[in-house]
Amino acid sequence: MLAPNSRERLVVIGNGMAGCRAVEEILARDPDRYSVTIFGAEPYVNYNRIMLSPVLAGEKSFDDIIINSAAWYADNGIDLVSGDPVIAIDRAERTVTAQSGRTVGYDRLLIATGSDPFIIPVPGKDLPGVISFRDMKDVDAMLAAAEGGGDAVVIGGGLLGLEAAHGLSLRGMNVTVLHLMSTLMERQLDEAAGWLLKTELESRGQTILTGADTAAIVGDGKVEGVLLKDGRTIPASLVVMAVGIKPSVALARAAGLAVGRGIQVDDHMVTSDPAVLAVGECVEHDGNVYGLVAPLWEMCRALADGLVEQPSGYRGSVTSTKLKVSGIDVFSAGDFSGGEGAEDIVLRDASRGVYKRVVVRDDRIVGAVLYGDTADGGWYFDLLKKSEDIGAIRDVLIFGQAFASGGGQADPKAAVAALSDDAEICGCNGVSKRKVVASIEGGACTLDAVRATCKASASCGSCTGIVEQLLALTLDDYDGERVAKTICKCSSFTHDDVRREIVAQDMKSIPEVMQRLSWSTPDGCSSCRPALNYYLLCAQPGVYVDDQQSRFVNERMHANIQKDGTYSVVPRMWGGLTNPRELRAIADVVEKYDAPMVKVTGGQRLDIFGIKKEDLPAVWADLNAAGMVSGHAYGKSLRTVKTCVGSEWCRFGTQDSTGLGVKVEQMSWGSWMPHKFKIAVSGCPRNCAEATIKDFGIVCVDSGYELHVGGNGGIKVRATDFLCKVATERQAMDHCAAFIQLYREEAWYLERTAPWIERVGIEHIRQRIVEDEVGREALTSRFLYSQSFSQDDPWAERAAGKDREQHAHLGEFRPLVLEAAE
Amino acid sequence: MNAFIGDWIDVGSIVEIPVRGARTIKTGNGEEIAIFRTSGEKVYALVNRCPHKHGPLSQGIVHGDAVACPLHNWRISLATGEALGEDKGCVPTIPVRVDAGRILISRMAMLATAAAA
Ligand code: SRM
Ligand SMILES: Cc1cc2nc3c(=O)[nH]c(=O)nc-3n(C[C@H](O)[C@H](O)[C@H](O)COP(=O)(O)OP(=O)(O)OC[C@H]3O[C@@H](n4cnc5c(N)ncnc54)[C@H](O)[C@@H]3O)c2cc1C
Ligand code: SF4
Ligand code: FES
Repeated sequence: MLAPNSRERLVVIGNGMAGCRAVEEILARDPDRYSVTIFGAEPYVNYNRIMLSPVLAGEKSFDDIIINSAAWYADNGIDLVSGDPVIAIDRAERTVTAQSGRTVGYDRLLIATGSDPFIIPVPGKDLPGVISFRDMKDVDAMLAAAEGGGDAVVIGGGLLGLEAAHGLSLRGMNVTVLHLMSTLMERQLDEAAGWLLKTELESRGQTILTGADTAAIVGDGKVEGVLLKDGRTIPASLVVMAVGIKPSVALARAAGLAVGRGIQVDDHMVTSDPAVLAVGECVEHDGNVYGLVAPLWEMCRALADGLVEQPSGYRGSVTSTKLKVSGIDVFSAGDFSGGEGAEDIVLRDASRGVYKRVVVRDDRIVGAVLYGDTADGGWYFDLLKKSEDIGAIRDVLIFGQAFASGGGQADPKAAVAALSDDAEICGCNGVSKRKVVASIEGGACTLDAVRATCKASASCGSCTGIVEQLLALTLDDYDGERVAKTICKCSSFTHDDVRREIVAQDMKSIPEVMQRLSWSTPDGCSSCRPALNYYLLCAQPGVYVDDQQSRFVNERMHANIQKDGTYSVVPRMWGGLTNPRELRAIADVVEKYDAPMVKVTGGQRLDIFGIKKEDLPAVWADLNAAGMVSGHAYGKSLRTVKTCVGSEWCRFGTQDSTGLGVKVEQMSWGSWMPHKFKIAVSGCPRNCAEATIKDFGIVCVDSGYELHVGGNGGIKVRATDFLCKVATERQAMDHCAAFIQLYREEAWYLERTAPWIERVGIEHIRQRIVEDEVGREALTSRFLYSQSFSQDDPWAERAAGKDREQHAHLGEFRPLVLEAAE
Repeated sequence: MNAFIGDWIDVGSIVEIPVRGARTIKTGNGEEIAIFRTSGEKVYALVNRCPHKHGPLSQGIVHGDAVACPLHNWRISLATGEALGEDKGCVPTIPVRVDAGRILISRMAMLATAAAA
């Protein structure tokens, strides 16, 4: 045994998690090799930093989270210098000097200085009351602030920020979380899990603002609030900044060690100076820096191996994350961003609030996000780290370890067969397997029949797959059905199911629909997103916030994209009427913006071609100035109302078809619909406006107005069905509004009136619009109500600067300079 | 606002791109770079030209890590620039990374793009 004074001198800078663990690992291998001195900036013994969250939340005390008490240092002959940070390293002399002036020599130096919280450089960041969340001192400051209650703002909706918010809200503060990104914990969670988390935190009384960009922290002598870039101010007497960390490298850099994002080390944690090692969050290994503890344990092992025994080498870490907020189970690991060849396996259970997503590439798990049920997190993580081939259990992987390792149950049908008779199949309606089987045996041989008899799969529908398997197990000749087209490959629901459930469950956002209706993809596809956006818009007028990114380019740009990427612009000409002022404005626009073509459309108005996306707002402003608004030639919405000259001029005209057309267009423009919608009003049965190939056609006759529906002049020509005849203009308009609303509420997205009517039958339409007078009035007033939110000219909003970025480049790159567009 | 960070060019803040959307950078020779932001908060940069008939990919619907071209609905992988499914074709990708909320794109690749086409 070496006498203490003849041992090598190991000096450790940083009495945190990595520094002390490294010493533990070394002692475990050879307790007599080194005489150890540890410098710590904090005035404490080594404690478990990750448990600061439970301390803040009141679930633990400081004593509970001490890892190594004073006795440990004494027993192992370690000299702890706490509350005295090292301020310089002299590598030539091999000494370190602390703030107190104390200088200690070393044979080996270990730097384990951890990270510093990142402070966003906004005005007011230094005001009293602005703190970070890194050490015990910060927790003490938060606890002191929370004593008085009041408002707290946490900037940063990542792991740390949410744990701080949780703690502060348990301590009685009124907490608002400001998060720059649209999804909470976006590094760890996808949109679906982020939405669940946000919903849960909001239900616990926190306010969560996503997309919130901090402009300044305001206050006179102390914090009073946070000003956002959008102009809002959130009051706060305490602001916690938890926006990220950066490796603490100042000391190492000053000592001339190689430093990139962190202190650069090799596989044995040795820095560019062989006598100096580094470990923990302050290091950069193989280009990576880490912010979690698991990698530190692996680093400390490699370090001790290299220092004392056989070098083993550190190879980098794959990390997994959990959130330490009681009652919320979140797990994430690996890469879940998808990409080439990646396949998502998604399981959602709305009644239990569960979302599970495993990302698989080449039969290997590459990532996982779990919300609500994280029991299998460890198992997935293990398979991921070992890069195990999961081909054989792929179909049942998502059900978890217990299920997947159940031997012969790799067949989902076998798994269903193995369920006990009492097993609950339909959570919404509390239907057991026994009941489902009984109703199938009792003659319910289709999904719909099962739904009608025992209610299984009739509500949220997430058990539909299992019910189908029970049908297949019970009947010999059942080979699946659901002939009804599902909305897209992301869902097993039909359009009708989705529409019904959105209304029944009062759903208000796309992620909510996807969760409740068990979407099989994390964020849908280009088919279902626009459909859901429309269904929500239709079901929740004035409440639902339109999702621009779920719209096709034309509806997002309010113009029609052309094959060369430019746009065409079609202003509304009410009922096909125009005047010199409008014509002049159009002529001016054509010249001013060098439009290569202007053309009379088949819809009785003018189309200006070849406008660049940058020029659109200016073009619109010019057209607006002449009183013209968007013609929605791009929209799943009302296109044109074609008219003929009618009784005003025509010798055969029976009614004022032009005037009625203008009124109808003014009533119905701007409304979003399942598909485009065209109307025409002809002044007599000669029908010059072609009313009988329109979605809604009016043919004037001496005694009134004949109403026609479901015509189409497009790919498959279809003449209208006669709906009914009415006596007055008012009635004609009310019927028109009612018909549009029925179409809006019942048709599938991208289904025009012609195929819709062929599907549901004209009798259904007549019953709802003609026979059921009360129903018709209700439809009319629902249409007019929803119109009160949609008749804002989208061009005027854009011309005034709304969504300006849609029309501007982010920047311009010329070989030497790059200029921002705004 | 524009800064050079070694071989990376700072082209703006991530919040300037809508989630599941894209913004463009003009390169001076008529070519554009489309910078995408996905719902998983990943950022990708591609030449803004569909391999099919040159549709502006920046205007497509972004879902997962793919974009559906606005002209004829080809799906293009944002990670590799390759057409997915039955379609064949590929558009160049440009190295991009995000640091403290700033979008940085590779200067070399930008120069190459500006020189090509
Ligand atoms: C501009 C115009 C042609 C023209 O120069 O006259 C036109 C242009 C287009 N039509 Fe049309 N249609 C135009 C009148 C018509 C008409 C005539 C009418 O409305 O009286 C029809 C037949 C009537 C009907 O719709 O039933 C018509 C039936 C179609 C169809 C087939 C629809 C169907 O249900 O079968 C499509 C394809 C689609 O919508 O999926 C289509 C699609 C298109 C698209 C949007 C193709 C596209 O996706 O890019 C074209 C956009 C051009 C642009 O960028 O502006 N266009 N299109 C007409 C614009 C009218 C307007 O003022 O808004
Ligand atoms: C509130 C909170 C919750 C967390 N939760 C989790 C979690 O759930 N899971 C997880 O994996 N990770 C979590 N982390 C991260 C985890 O705590 C860190 O990864 C880990 O503590 C890093 O260890 P370290 O030794 O590198 O740094 P630290 O633990 O920070 O230790 C560095 C020490 O060095 C000291 N020091 C710095 N400079 C000097 C100097 N010049 N002289 C002397 N001493 C100096 C510092 O004061 C500090 O005590 C959490 C972190 C926080 C703050
Ligand atoms: S008929 Fe065909 S080519 Fe002509 S505008 Fe309509 S969609 Fe385009
Ligand atoms: S140009 Fe992109 S799909 Fe045709």
